[in-house]
Amino acid sequence: MATGIEDQKLAEEIAGLDALEAHLGTHPSRGRRLWSAAWPKLAAVLLGLGIWQAVVWSGWKDDYVLPGPDKVLPALVDLLGTAKFWRAVGITMRRAVTGYVLALVIGSVIGLAVARVKLLRSAVGSLITGLQTMPSIAWFPLAILLFGLSERAIMFVVVLGAAPSIANGLIAGVDHVPPLMHRAGRMIGAKGIGLYRHVILPAALPTYVTGLKQGWAFAWRSLMAGELVAVVANRPSIGVQLQFARDFSQADRMLAIMLVILIIGIVVDTVFGRADIAIRRRWGLVDPAS
Amino acid sequence: MTVTEAPRSGLSTTTAISLRGVSKAFGHGGNAVVALEGITLDVARGEFVCLVGASGCGKSTSLNLIAGLDRPTIGEVAVHGRTALMFQEAALFPWLTVRDNVALPLRLAGRGKAERHRRADELLEQVHLGGQGGRRPHELSGGMRQRAALARALAQDAEILLMDEPFGALDAMTRDLLHDELEQVWSTTGLTIVFVTHNVREAARLSDRIVLLTSLPGKVADEFPVTIARPRRIDSPEVMGLAAAVTDRLRAEVRRHGD
Repeated sequence: MATGIEDQKLAEEIAGLDALEAHLGTHPSRGRRLWSAAWPKLAAVLLGLGIWQAVVWSGWKDDYVLPGPDKVLPALVDLLGTAKFWRAVGITMRRAVTGYVLALVIGSVIGLAVARVKLLRSAVGSLITGLQTMPSIAWFPLAILLFGLSERAIMFVVVLGAAPSIANGLIAGVDHVPPLMHRAGRMIGAKGIGLYRHVILPAALPTYVTGLKQGWAFAWRSLMAGELVAVVANRPSIGVQLQFARDFSQADRMLAIMLVILIIGIVVDTVFGRADIAIRRRWGLVDPAS
Repeated sequence: MTVTEAPRSGLSTTTAISLRGVSKAFGHGGNAVVALEGITLDVARGEFVCLVGASGCGKSTSLNLIAGLDRPTIGEVAVHGRTALMFQEAALFPWLTVRDNVALPLRLAGRGKAERHRRADELLEQVHLGGQGGRRPHELSGGMRQRAALARALAQDAEILLMDEPFGALDAMTRDLLHDELEQVWSTTGLTIVFVTHNVREAARLSDRIVLLTSLPGKVADEFPVTIARPRRIDSPEVMGLAAAVTDRLRAEVRRHGD
């Protein structure tokens, strides 16, 4: 039959054109990618240490007030060898994770409700942004009044610090779903909850992740402020260690702990950054060569 | 105003779509823009109709009315059977693989996972995307994406396919192949197709009937039955000849707006 031959021809032509047109991204090797991501950071760290050392050598402050990296790095190594330090890290990280998960749940529920319900949005939409800009330290007097010097006071402030960012990320994500996606979703039969589950929420994911990342930054800051202000008995957290180091005039140890706080913040932020990149790569929003 | 989804009378079983005196205005009072005015149009089951017109002829508005995404201001829209809509952009979801995109309408319809996968692969095969199901939309070319969107539209088990300038953004070569592809799908499935385009040759290449719409407001200006034997070529003398006749008529309409 003639149409059979025609069909065959069409299939071949289409396959040929597809092969010519479909863009096949070439990925640079993993090692090279890691190196090209790592060396600028490494250079920045070395530069930072260099400036620090230069300030110390300038004699601006006495050595026991502002020790240089040559004193602090050994102190850091000492610190890493003590069980007390790891216990402190454990306490602080448990607080960070618990507070963050709470904030995640509360922020997501509120964000989704505000994104969906017009009345809620006009009522509390700008309030959420207001909360986001409120310095978390300002919550402590109230938290301590409400909960005393306790874990709950710290949790209260961490959640208040992180949840607004997470809620705002979700709201912004839902708001910025392209109208074409809405239309396509409705056209293929998605409505109500199904439209949210299969179209709107997945489409909101990249902005939501940005909110999650910002929420983490706020949670970590609030937690550190909280551990300095609300010292809970028998809970020698990182913040408490920092305070002790200051109280005992151990400047090298104090700076070593500050480095630890910085490093933990960066490591967690990197995890969120990775998630963000992975999503955008899957969606084709990044140049595969980059 | 009456809008009938599935009318019992006045519509024979061979009619898929019936518009009766349909007008659509946007806005209110003095600012109102009349997009469509007094459109009366019947599309037979299995027919391939192209709506052609210059800018502002309300082509997309007509499709939205037929798809039930919008309601007429006056008149009656009767649609017999389920509709699927395709746009100029493929509008595939970037977070899903090509296969999952095609399978999503089935998922929303509550079909089981195994059936969804099987059916999606079948449909991808049908649009010559067999073996591409695991890729992401951004990894496909524009033409491939549009075919995946066609497969997704087919997955809705619709009897009526509404296409809003679906090949407008593609290069000529890809478009020609997609014409062949669409014709093949149409002839094997027996779909009713309403295809909006501003490309008169495309309309002559594809359709059984060309409906020419005027602009501002959109009215039916003329209809051209297309009796050229299939398979057709866009560059055949018959297709070009008909396209020239339709273009002349269209230009006459456009000239009226210049006065």
